[in-house]
Amino acid sequence: MTLNGLAVGCIYGLVALGFVLIYKATELVNFAQGDLLMLGAFVAYMAVVWWGLDYWVGFAIAVVVIAVFGALLDATVLRRVIGQPQFAVVMLTIGLGAMFRTFASVTWGSEIYTLPTPFSGVWTVGGVTLSHQYLSIVAGTLVLCGALYGFFTHTRIGVAMQATSQNQLAAYYMGIPVKLIFSLIWAISAGVATVAGILLAPVTLIDINMGLAVALKAFAAAVLGGFGSIPGALVGGIIIGLIELYAGATLPEGFKDTAPYIVLLLMLAVRPQGLFGTLGRKKV
Amino acid sequence: MRFVFKTSYAQDIQLFRDRMDAFWYVLLAAAVALLPVVMSEYYVGETTWVFIYAICGVSLMVLVGYTGLISLGHAAFLGIGAYAHAFFIKHGVPWVAAVALAVVITTACGIIVGLPALRMSGIYLAIATLAFATIIQEVFSRWESVTHGFAGMPVEKPVIFGVSFAHDTAFYYLCLFFLVVSLWLTRNLLRAPTGRAWVAIRDSEIAAQSMGVNIAIYKSMAFAYSAALMGLAGALFAHKIAYLAPDIFTILLSIQLLLLVIVGGLGSLHGAVFGAIFVALLPPVIAILRDSIPATLSSVAGATGLSLFGAIGEGVGAFLRKPGVEAGIFGLILVLVILLEPLGMYGRWMKIRVYFSTFPMYKRATFKRQKTYMRSERLR
Amino acid sequence: MSFFKVDQLSINFGGIKAVDGVSFDVDKGSVFTIIGPNGAGKTTIFNLVSRIYEPSGGRLVFEGNDITHVPPHRVAKLGIARTFQNIELFEHASLLQNLLLARHAHKQSSFFSELLFLPSVRRMEVEHREAVEKVIDFLDLQQYRESLIVNLPYGVRKVTELARALCTNPKLLLLDEPSSGLNVEETEDMAFWIQDIKNLLGITVLMVEHDMKLVSAVSDRVLALNYGRPLAQGSPQEVQSHPEVVRAYLGG
Repeated sequence: MTLNGLAVGCIYGLVALGFVLIYKATELVNFAQGDLLMLGAFVAYMAVVWWGLDYWVGFAIAVVVIAVFGALLDATVLRRVIGQPQFAVVMLTIGLGAMFRTFASVTWGSEIYTLPTPFSGVWTVGGVTLSHQYLSIVAGTLVLCGALYGFFTHTRIGVAMQATSQNQLAAYYMGIPVKLIFSLIWAISAGVATVAGILLAPVTLIDINMGLAVALKAFAAAVLGGFGSIPGALVGGIIIGLIELYAGATLPEGFKDTAPYIVLLLMLAVRPQGLFGTLGRKKV
Repeated sequence: MRFVFKTSYAQDIQLFRDRMDAFWYVLLAAAVALLPVVMSEYYVGETTWVFIYAICGVSLMVLVGYTGLISLGHAAFLGIGAYAHAFFIKHGVPWVAAVALAVVITTACGIIVGLPALRMSGIYLAIATLAFATIIQEVFSRWESVTHGFAGMPVEKPVIFGVSFAHDTAFYYLCLFFLVVSLWLTRNLLRAPTGRAWVAIRDSEIAAQSMGVNIAIYKSMAFAYSAALMGLAGALFAHKIAYLAPDIFTILLSIQLLLLVIVGGLGSLHGAVFGAIFVALLPPVIAILRDSIPATLSSVAGATGLSLFGAIGEGVGAFLRKPGVEAGIFGLILVLVILLEPLGMYGRWMKIRVYFSTFPMYKRATFKRQKTYMRSERLR
Repeated sequence: MSFFKVDQLSINFGGIKAVDGVSFDVDKGSVFTIIGPNGAGKTTIFNLVSRIYEPSGGRLVFEGNDITHVPPHRVAKLGIARTFQNIELFEHASLLQNLLLARHAHKQSSFFSELLFLPSVRRMEVEHREAVEKVIDFLDLQQYRESLIVNLPYGVRKVTELARALCTNPKLLLLDEPSSGLNVEETEDMAFWIQDIKNLLGITVLMVEHDMKLVSAVSDRVLALNYGRPLAQGSPQEVQSHPEVVRAYLGG
């Protein structure tokens, strides 16, 4: 059972990772992250079921399509609000999210879809059954995180991204194409959301509101880990996933969905900088 | 161009700028008071929504527009006010006392939610209020002895000191009265030290602190006052909607309220009213367009013999009839306003006024935004 | 008993001693200036005095009262006001509103009397306005009264900072680099104003400044800092010619 919590937690962690990547680089908080996840799952569904493509091909197509979409979104809309008050940006992404949901409901309707996956069996290890579906989520998260870690530490572009998120002006002076980097970060973040969406699809099924619920929990995860910390986002996600699972199993009905938020509020009251974050103070 | 000659310091703190201003507001008040005489009952009902939303708008404007605190959970306060009010009148508490109790309860909740706000700002506060709203919504659906959960809770018609306000027109005046009172009280606060302290916190916490503003107290006050107004709005909302259910007070409603203050124009009370007109009247307008666009275009097609118009009309009508389209239109408007007119409708209104008062000398550059460079908000 | 006394003040930021055992006395009615290279800890001392930072050691004594641990918003009420190096005005409010906010420490009205805007609130507002108008006259800001701060040029904003601090009716005024970003003419104006503040208003000034011409023109005493430690203290001439100070500025 812990595996289920772990798997759902991984999804929250991945979505939170998307928030954090964008926040670190551009200081925008993307409230439409969950809706990107939903769009990604729908594209994968279209590719696999409607066009009859192989699961992995559909997977790849969805990731690429949404990643390109994310980059375009940055280049056309979001770049214009960098430097404006955070509140405006939050509302902008909320507005975008609402548009995505409407787009999805007009295009695909409000039915619930099932994405067929190659992971259906179970393993039984020492009397414990491990379903392949949940294992695939955990494994997918691990692979993705490993790849991202390698990318950020070992490639030129990855290092340039890190530099940009530390100090944009300095990065710009060093010849890093900051605008392109921003678009790339949006692409990666949207791609990560898509992966999360496809991995999640067999668990929650695909509908237009699937992103909303996940995004809210992922926010809790990101804050729990300290907004701006990448390992924090993953750890936060797993903690939220486990809390949710155990609260649902042991506490009265109604706590499954609220326990993560109660923990979040307590966390904010006691340690607002999160588990791994640092709290800065404005210099005067 | 009209000049206002100032001859005393007291003039700057008047309710109205000058006699001319006062005259216009009196005229507006008279027009609004006479509206039910000329309007059909349906429109009286829709205009009542404008008043209720405007009270919500004033509430959120104080918090977001003047104090600079984000709340993504204001629908929760509205819900607490609505349920508390409905609960008390169901148990025989007189109407005025029930409203007062609802306001007191929401104020208390506002202070409790405001407590974490003392230590955080920006995005953290947004998420904390979001979490709060989610928890409250769960409480609404689970605390069945009070809220009746998803079965819903009917709300009795208002009877104040034996006078029934059950009729739409009577309720219209009741809501108008409370809107005017809220606007007046808020305006009073905003022209007094408290309002200045709020604006100071919004623009620079550190400077406000150094000038003697107790940040913790004033932030809690902003939260409490905002919640109190929301409680009042909730009581009226309960009567208007007549049947309370937990899925009314969702995050989407909170977002709609934020849309209201942004579209109206952050940092102005006029904006709260403009935004309310917009948010309350957009759904009926969409409903009208949904039926009138296909009809008009098909008659055009009939007259001109071009079937293309008919097809377009059918397409638009079908699109507008799809579920969830309204939310998308709200989203689109939100995006456009933030990108193109960050000051909202009030900002546009000011520009139009300046255009006419300086005609023909208007220059666009008056309102040209200065280039803003990225300013980190991480360290606020 | 001295007017304002800083005694062995220290603060650490993650192991770095930003201010390390600094002591000085400011006499009533004088202008005391702190100089030093960038990063010497000058502004940190200001932030400690206005209680934005919590000192890790030492004491602050103002008019015989220990103020080392009063909360930051109480400082203004005690009679200490400050300006900010990088301008911390309330940008989306008018200049008048900015100055009126500075009267906050003298606010007497309660929340509910303001809610109804009772006559007592109206009377207090007019009184605040009169106090603010005196400062506006003193610093020649009449023409900018109604402008929003975002629309004002840098030099005027700098003066507005000074005006806002004066509106709190301070006994001790902290000026953080009053001349930074000003041109020669504006700096001369600033020097006159500082002298007027001292001579006409009788306000004691504690200042951080880089412009040595301004420093020698207005200061009674100067303290030189480097790496958070005091180098020399005395009259402007003494400090300027002190060998340690020369070394700190020129390197070597």
